Amino acid sequence: MEKRDIAAIGCLTVVTVILVFTALLMHPFGLPTAYRMDQYIIDHTQNESGANNGVTAVVFDYRGFDTLGEATVLFTAVAGVVLVFRRVKKR
Amino acid sequence: MMSKIVRTIAGITFPFTLIYGLYVIAHGHLTPGGGFQGGAIVASGCALLVIAFGSKWVMKRIEEHHLSILESLGALGFIIVAFLGLVFGGVFFANFIAGTPMLFGGIPNSPAADINTGGTLPLMNFAVGLKVIAGLFAIVVVMAYAISRGENEE
Repeated sequence: MEKRDIAAIGCLTVVTVILVFTALLMHPFGLPTAYRMDQYIIDHTQNESGANNGVTAVVFDYRGFDTLGEATVLFTAVAGVVLVFRRVKKR
Repeated sequence: MMSKIVRTIAGITFPFTLIYGLYVIAHGHLTPGGGFQGGAIVASGCALLVIAFGSKWVMKRIEEHHLSILESLGALGFIIVAFLGLVFGGVFFANFIAGTPMLFGGIPNSPAADINTGGTLPLMNFAVGLKVIAGLFAIVVVMAYAISRGENEE
């Protein structure tokens, strides 16, 4: 087994442990309902995140995973464009 | 490269666009906007430079792999702040600065805006803003440069 395989298995184990612990800490499926979630965010945003802008608090704090996905999409788009339009040296 | 009028006006409006975009990024936790929107404003200001002065003029002054490095730094900063939340706050993306005496740690007790609030949100806004500025500017300048190269070969 090469070092790369060991590193890959180690990374996979760490990510799996993090995801399993997060899954165990989650709420029951379907709870809390959307109405209660709205009211919770309206009531607690200022105290919990310290931001006056509730939308930013939701985007970057309560639903940070969503923003991480958006950032990954942008990163992939830029990487693809730079890859396609790169300067190739002709020999 | 466009006419002298367009170039002069672009040179005058460019710094104001930059300032407005950076303002939107810095006040993301207080006013509408944030990293994505402010970054798009700054990147559109840079696109104005590309239109007015031509992509060759811009490519002489900045290289695309520097923009790629800046974008990767923004993404890395975003993920590092998220993992710091995991370390200090217990969960991924935890807002561990809010409510502490650190920078940006204040809690607002009125609707009035105070820049020293928001916890990790301003840091994430800056990271995402850097990422969007570099990413969108890289897309615009690389595509424009490819088109101008194609025109010269014909």
